[in-house]
Amino acid sequence: MTQLQPGPLATSGAPSGAFLDVRNLSVKFPTDDGLVSAVNGMDFSLERGQTLGIVGESGSGKSVTSQALMGLLKGTSAQVSGQALFQGRDLVTLPESGMRKLRGRNIGMIFQDPLSALHPFYTVGHQIAEAYLVHNSATRKQARTAAVEMLGRVGIPSPEQRFDEYPHHFSGGMRQRAMIAMALICEPELLIADEPTTALDVTVQAQILDLMAELQAETNSALILITHDLGVVAEVCDSVLVMYGGQCVESGAVDEIFYDTRHPYTLGLLKSMPTLNSPSGRLNPIPGQPPSLLDLPAGCIFSARCEYAALAGDGVCREQRPALQVENGHGTRCHLSGPQIITIRNSR
Amino acid sequence: MTRFILRRSGSLILLLIAVSFITFTLFQLGPADPASAACGQECTPERVAEARVALGMDQPFLVQYADYMRGLVSPRMIGAPGAESICQWPCLGKSFQTNEDVSDIIGRSLPYTLSMAIGALVLWTVSGVGLGLLAALRKGSATDKFIVGAASVGVSLPIPVTGLFLLLVFVNQLHLLPFTTNEIASPLGPQGPWAWVLNYLLPWIALAVLFSASYIRVTRTNMIETFGEDFIRTARAKGLAPRTVTFKHGVRAGITPVVTMLGMDIGLLLGGAVLTEQIFSVPGLGFTAVRAAISGDLPVTMAITMLAAFFVIVANVVVDLAYAAIDPRVRLQ
Repeated sequence: MTQLQPGPLATSGAPSGAFLDVRNLSVKFPTDDGLVSAVNGMDFSLERGQTLGIVGESGSGKSVTSQALMGLLKGTSAQVSGQALFQGRDLVTLPESGMRKLRGRNIGMIFQDPLSALHPFYTVGHQIAEAYLVHNSATRKQARTAAVEMLGRVGIPSPEQRFDEYPHHFSGGMRQRAMIAMALICEPELLIADEPTTALDVTVQAQILDLMAELQAETNSALILITHDLGVVAEVCDSVLVMYGGQCVESGAVDEIFYDTRHPYTLGLLKSMPTLNSPSGRLNPIPGQPPSLLDLPAGCIFSARCEYAALAGDGVCREQRPALQVENGHGTRCHLSGPQIITIRNSR
Repeated sequence: MTRFILRRSGSLILLLIAVSFITFTLFQLGPADPASAACGQECTPERVAEARVALGMDQPFLVQYADYMRGLVSPRMIGAPGAESICQWPCLGKSFQTNEDVSDIIGRSLPYTLSMAIGALVLWTVSGVGLGLLAALRKGSATDKFIVGAASVGVSLPIPVTGLFLLLVFVNQLHLLPFTTNEIASPLGPQGPWAWVLNYLLPWIALAVLFSASYIRVTRTNMIETFGEDFIRTARAKGLAPRTVTFKHGVRAGITPVVTMLGMDIGLLLGGAVLTEQIFSVPGLGFTAVRAAISGDLPVTMAITMLAAFFVIVANVVVDLAYAAIDPRVRLQ
């Protein structure tokens, strides 16, 4: 399995020495119709100061991966297996009580919709101060001071007054800034941002991304950015992990994913990005639907939608699940040979 | 917040005036003829006419209404000219049956109704919300299924069934509790609070079984929904203890529909729990209203009807204020 480690994500060598080292992480949900395999054998690692983008369409397992890392699936019916070593501690087997000490303090999390993620009945300041008070033995006054300072750091004007306002008094961008303040007030070493800009205006999106990058640089923390927006990935990530049907189909440094794309699904994703100078003036979606996670195909998970499956020959794509092949830190899960991919890429 | 309270109180007064007018009109238009009821059977037309004057019913309708409303702010004289008697403030008229001030009758009945309502309220709120929350936290477990099952049984048990069953078992058979007595109207009486509790325990249980069932269901549904909210996930992601997540973040957000129900039920119950009071022979407002209605004692019936409406309206305002206290978004408008 060692050759499956995506290189640029695992620069530190021995898996246990990495800041975050995820091995064969799987999440299954029992349902009335059977076991749903939301995440299947994810491998990646991350160092402090780095940003990893996890990309994929809805239902590809991005959010479930982040929730598994955060231990938010503990106490639910979800079956989490594999290993996720965070500074040497396995987040998968860590009991809830231990996980609770890490949450907020060592691992912070930002969610997609800041309005529903903030409690409507408590002031923004109270909610931020609360996050500070859980992990620090401080007085309410000290927590308030810390929260006001943090609100200022995330760029909220007159933070002293805004402290006492409710989430519904804030604009969308301000709410997300408040969420960031809440996630970062204990200066966690790892920040997981689950679609942090999806619910925001485009102009605000850039501000929020800049803010996150800035704060990340200040604290030298690691960032996992979950998104379906390849533009966001190109802007802020060092490395990328493309997910499809609960599996990693391609991973590598951000430039390699964009300029040396190796997987037909990633190619499809890039092609489906809206551009102004598209010749037909139309969007280029990937035809078909993602596979049902209840009943994944025996072969390549993407084979049913892959235009190039025939090129691999003998129906191998439909019968055999490809392994993640890593070459110079660039991993891909495809039966097509390198030259075949290059031909396909150049033909577009 | 102060403006919110003032505005709601202002509309409260207007609403009360409207309700009093409608109630007054309804009783005026009703088929009962208070004058012939007041002078009894075998009454000559002359005596009926005299009674009509004595009751002030020879006056135009609006004058009667104005007189009635005047009684609410100051004492007034009631009766035929030459045979008037004073009706002390707050004057709600005099009973046709006993010529007693209606306000005295209400003053006598209200403590019984309050005793019943307060205890039942505490009992059903604690059990309803507590069990509903427990069911929501253990969703899908045997505990949950048992609680939900018990709630659907409870909600389908009418008061006469539970009431008579409780009396039969605890009073007649086991002799664990005394039969409800009129002598204990409040916990401050000479018999002390414990006797008061024992005296009203059975009606409390009968009411609680009925009411807590719907509280269990509403609490459970709303708490399950709330526990699935994003802000609960945020609270967990902050590293808060499960207790803080459940109560501070969950219950406060999920409890608002229960507050509404509670307000309405308190309002209704204070107007008199007719069936429960009948079954347990508690001479509260409901009991008194039924007796007055049967004997055609119009002033008493009307006063209790208006008082019941008053309680419902006040409860509504209290619910609004409670909402504003719980949910800061309500204060905006």
